[in-house]
Amino acid sequence: MGALADAGISPRDVDGVVGTDCAQIVLELGLGPCTRRPSQMGIPALLDAAALITTGQCNVVLIAAGGAGVHVDRSSTAPWTRPANELVVGYGLFTAAEFALMARRHMLTYGTTPEQLATAAAVIRTNGHENPEAVYYGRGPFSPADVLASRMIADPFHLLDCATTSEGGCALVLTTAERAAACEAPVYVLGGASDAFGPAYVVAPVWDFEPRADSFPAGLVGARAARAAFAMAGLSPSDVDVAELYDPFSFEIIRQLEAFGFCAAGEGGAFVEEGNIGPGALLPVTTDGGTMSFSHPGINAQQLQRVIRATQQVRGSCVSHQVEGAEVALCSNGGSGALFCDVLLLGPERP
Amino acid sequence: MSVLLPQPEGTPAPRPSLRSRAYWDGCRAHQLLYQRCAQCSFRSLGAFTVCAQCHAASPVWAESSGVGSLYSWTVVWRPPDPSFRVPYAPAVVRLDEGFWMMSAVIGCEPEALQEDLRVMVEFHPASSEITLPYFRPA
Repeated sequence: MGALADAGISPRDVDGVVGTDCAQIVLELGLGPCTRRPSQMGIPALLDAAALITTGQCNVVLIAAGGAGVHVDRSSTAPWTRPANELVVGYGLFTAAEFALMARRHMLTYGTTPEQLATAAAVIRTNGHENPEAVYYGRGPFSPADVLASRMIADPFHLLDCATTSEGGCALVLTTAERAAACEAPVYVLGGASDAFGPAYVVAPVWDFEPRADSFPAGLVGARAARAAFAMAGLSPSDVDVAELYDPFSFEIIRQLEAFGFCAAGEGGAFVEEGNIGPGALLPVTTDGGTMSFSHPGINAQQLQRVIRATQQVRGSCVSHQVEGAEVALCSNGGSGALFCDVLLLGPERP
Repeated sequence: MSVLLPQPEGTPAPRPSLRSRAYWDGCRAHQLLYQRCAQCSFRSLGAFTVCAQCHAASPVWAESSGVGSLYSWTVVWRPPDPSFRVPYAPAVVRLDEGFWMMSAVIGCEPEALQEDLRVMVEFHPASSEITLPYFRPA
């Protein structure tokens, strides 16, 4: 309801709901008869909503998700981190270990260091520390040494290299450019695309798995999507003012910087270490504190949170860490350990 | 330091699917099976019905020597479930037949893990039904 009020659109005007909980939302808001698509939350949901609108199936689409009361067994990691797939369950695999197996390959190949990983985590966690809207507001600041001193979870990831878990919810409204023109400070989808190599946490996460020999390996999942998104928008990585990168683990920041073309292969660690991703730097990253510090409500909502934060950035409405004059924001979902990655570009001007 | 060990029985164990039955039957007989395409000899990451490279419906089971090299690993100190004994070292092994598989390294200290460490398969029971392939330094 907050997102609809923010857009100045009545719930009665919603004729589509997209996301994993779409049918329940249709029921509870009394929207039926109404179009629904149970798309994966986040950028895939937004791209599906855009397709519903551009094909004329819908005019106003609500994308919403939330989670609470799901992670209650504190002796185990969150349930969504440990699906019981037959080839991984017996070896105690879970998200941190799956992503660590990808990070290790990068460290072996390029000499990426734990300090570089820790620097990415420290920047994002300190953003959250300084953001009054973050779950972990006021809990820092964090230095790379703090991250390295936190207990080991799945080598090379320390506790503070990993996303937190929390409760919460978020929503976003997508409509036609014509309808949006009447709204206050609309934000436009400039481009977007998705990459996947298979289901998450089913087979071994192999960086060099490359079923299409003329494209990218699994370790660079998102590279094809980023190029497609930039081509759709007529932009390049140097046009991006702020990158709201999905941050399940510190290494994923380094990986995405390379996969999306912000720096060359193997240079992500140095890019981070040289101070390029903090507030006021060349490319501010994950400015609200991300899943590490802002919020990580379950399996769904935090993916959409990257889109919402990118929206706030190009609207100039961030409570903290506003990138002044941001005209192009990139946001992402997923990651190498999960074998999928989605990329979206947003801007304040109608393309 | 601590030598890496197989997990005790009682940790979460795999539930075989129809397609993977042959793999788990092989493990119980201490044979490491993998799928390769009878047409193009592509080695898959799982038990599939169509080759992921040439799309012929001809993946067949073959027996691996069980010898390979350490491709990637992690050392876990915070398990997903309290029944797992830490530390343990989930690993991706590249078998000499040219396929990757998920497993864990045992029989050495975590500090001994390094790229291309030569390893060989060793089977340990995970439950009354399931035997898991682990790898130890060769």
